[in-house]
Amino acid sequence: MTEKPKIGVYVCHCGINIASTVDVEEIARYAEEIPGVVVSKTYPYVCSDPGQVLIREDIENQGLNRIVVASCSPRMHEPTFRKTLKEAGLNPYYLEMANIREQCSWVHSDSEEATGKAKKMVAGAVAKARLLEPLEEKEVEAEPSALVIGAGIAGIQAALDIADAGFQVYLVEQTPSVGGRMAQLDKTFPTLDCSACILTPKMVDVASHPNIELMTYAEVEEINGFIGNFDVKVRKKARYVDVDKCTGCGDCAKECRVQRVPSEYNAGVGNRAAVYLPFPQAVPAKFTIDPEKCLYLTKGKCGKSPKCEEVCQAGAINFEQEDEIVEFRAGTIIVATGFDIFDASRRPELGYQDYDNVINALEMERLVSASGPTEGKLLIGKGEDQKEPKDIAFIKCVGSRDETVGNEYCSRVCCMYTAKLAHLVKEKIPDARVTIYYMDVRAFGKGFEEFYDRVRREGVRYVRGNPSEIYQQGDKLVVKVEDTLTATPREDEMDLVVLAVGLEPRLETKQITDLLRLSQSSDQFLMEAHPKLRPVDTSSDGVFLAGCCQGPKDIPDTVAQAKGAASSALMPLSKGMVKVEAQVSEVDESICRGCGYCVEVCPYGAIELEEVNQMGHMVQVAKVNEALCKGCGACVAACFSGAVQAKSFRDRQILPQIAVLGGLKDE
Amino acid sequence: MSDNFEPNIVAFLCNWCSYAGADLAGTSRIQYPYNIKTIRVMCTGRVNPLYVLNALQQGADGVLVSGCHPGDCHYMEGNMYARRRLGLLKDMLEFVGVDPRRFQMSWVSASEPHKWKEVVEKLVGETRELGPFEQFQRNMINW
Repeated sequence: MTEKPKIGVYVCHCGINIASTVDVEEIARYAEEIPGVVVSKTYPYVCSDPGQVLIREDIENQGLNRIVVASCSPRMHEPTFRKTLKEAGLNPYYLEMANIREQCSWVHSDSEEATGKAKKMVAGAVAKARLLEPLEEKEVEAEPSALVIGAGIAGIQAALDIADAGFQVYLVEQTPSVGGRMAQLDKTFPTLDCSACILTPKMVDVASHPNIELMTYAEVEEINGFIGNFDVKVRKKARYVDVDKCTGCGDCAKECRVQRVPSEYNAGVGNRAAVYLPFPQAVPAKFTIDPEKCLYLTKGKCGKSPKCEEVCQAGAINFEQEDEIVEFRAGTIIVATGFDIFDASRRPELGYQDYDNVINALEMERLVSASGPTEGKLLIGKGEDQKEPKDIAFIKCVGSRDETVGNEYCSRVCCMYTAKLAHLVKEKIPDARVTIYYMDVRAFGKGFEEFYDRVRREGVRYVRGNPSEIYQQGDKLVVKVEDTLTATPREDEMDLVVLAVGLEPRLETKQITDLLRLSQSSDQFLMEAHPKLRPVDTSSDGVFLAGCCQGPKDIPDTVAQAKGAASSALMPLSKGMVKVEAQVSEVDESICRGCGYCVEVCPYGAIELEEVNQMGHMVQVAKVNEALCKGCGACVAACFSGAVQAKSFRDRQILPQIAVLGGLKDE
Repeated sequence: MSDNFEPNIVAFLCNWCSYAGADLAGTSRIQYPYNIKTIRVMCTGRVNPLYVLNALQQGADGVLVSGCHPGDCHYMEGNMYARRRLGLLKDMLEFVGVDPRRFQMSWVSASEPHKWKEVVEKLVGETRELGPFEQFQRNMINW
């Protein structure tokens, strides 16, 4: 090392967050005695502007060349303090942090022990800081395009925003149409906007936007690379319909020999044919043959010849069609994969599986919708016995706030969609008696409380209690419940029971986390980088979250988050450059023996063997491609000779830390 | 061994899962024994088995390496390498007469602060029972 380390230690009070448990003054006095430390101070909030000025001035006036900040987690403020160093003209990698908040003051209550531990942590950080090295931050060009996965309202909004900003968007949707869950809804709370009316214009926009390449009935198969340059492979599944020829007339579906496939769009309440358009306003308005239901595709035979092929005047049916693989490069990625509804059969006492007239809220949504199978008429029973239900019950928190089914969280939308559905029932059947069984009513959003009041004024009865059982008696369903406000057991007779099911992470969430190296929260939704301050970011740079894949939320929140994700995804695109990891591996050629173990363990193919001339001998040595290296350090641990080292995490930077934490007395 | 022996534990945590999980334990104010002191590495795949021995030589009574769950590694397979390498080390430590409870590995994700507490409590409790570890100790290396 050329220069003698002159270390500055800054111990943060963090108000009382640290100072109430850890004796910060004592830490500063202790640090002052460590060889190499020239300045040791405490400050109420080191991350604040005056706190940073303090560090900058000391660097400039006292010639500090290493900085140790003992405060919160480096995951929180490392970037902040790196910037401080940079502003003072010091290399930003001359910083080491001691995490005395998250991993000390907040988790230990004994002041003496916590202070003792914090001392060691600070000493460890100083030991490492002495041996830090300056690193260079490099930039590479970013591909000016984004991938958006999922074309519900979140994906649609994010794609439109990025495309409107002038960048290419690849929008990938796994079903045959864009629209997602929002397309299934009838009205939206609390304004009673018609869901389709506000959504369909946006659906048409994404299909016609010159900057958006829409891929429906497609799945992302592979993603490699990093922020700025993700290599994406998408499988466009065979529709067995030539989309360029299909006019969307629907003759094929009318004539199809398989007509009784439960319609996904209608939540299974209605049927569709094996060749289908998910719903009338679907975008693109192109038919798709369901390969699992089509007779010709499953059995190889459909009458004399497939009816669809016979009637299609455009000649669009093509049973020879194969999946198509599309490959492209994207600078950033937005995940907007949405949610699944809770499967009500996991609460067997509520009879969802046993009784036809116990339905879930999404089925109810389709029943009251004008575009639904009953054209908006709310009817129960079959054939001649069909009639309007008069006594209708809604049961809230089915699959939410319920540890027994593994979902501790509130799904946030059920209170209001229940109120909305109750309102729609009263609109269609004014003399209906509607009862809502609830645990709590959470009407927290803009206009929510007003809407809840309105629904109650309309005569909807709210009963506080969580029903324990639903059973049939004659042609009625009986809801057994205790009214917990009056402590009265009740057995209420109903014609129709609607279960207000909660929102759950999609089954495919695991595929997404594997594809993109994302984490899941304890509720299994995708995890954001920081719950408060980085709500659309993920732990993978350049990958952002929008909508219900991150947690239950209503449409306005989803749109807001999608716009946030779009703006975050746009930053690297509009800048055109992204930083590459500076803390990468490096090979000391003079001691590398050229065994190639590092080459084998590198998950990114960032190391290659190369022939070099050493004292007249041609020998093989490892060489790191810094643009590909992510700094994980797998190669370092694999290296026998210690020739490969990870910058900022070198053996000689970690071992002194171990020695300090081990804490033997220097003899 | 005195009755009030308190073990000294050195832990190597990966940046993406276990270190974040330990941070979340802090944010959630989940209390656990102070005996554990952490060193952040980017990935458990970075943990050279010699670090574990080095920690035991330098005065640690127990060592923990904790990372992402198998299959969830931020760097795809770093924790798999760690599992292989450190598994071998654990066998070897046992072979040379070190109680295997002194060196533990765990998988704690960024959303498992309670699991982090359990891991720490188990390791601290077991090492406390085992008493101080002096077999490997050397003089402090002055780096």
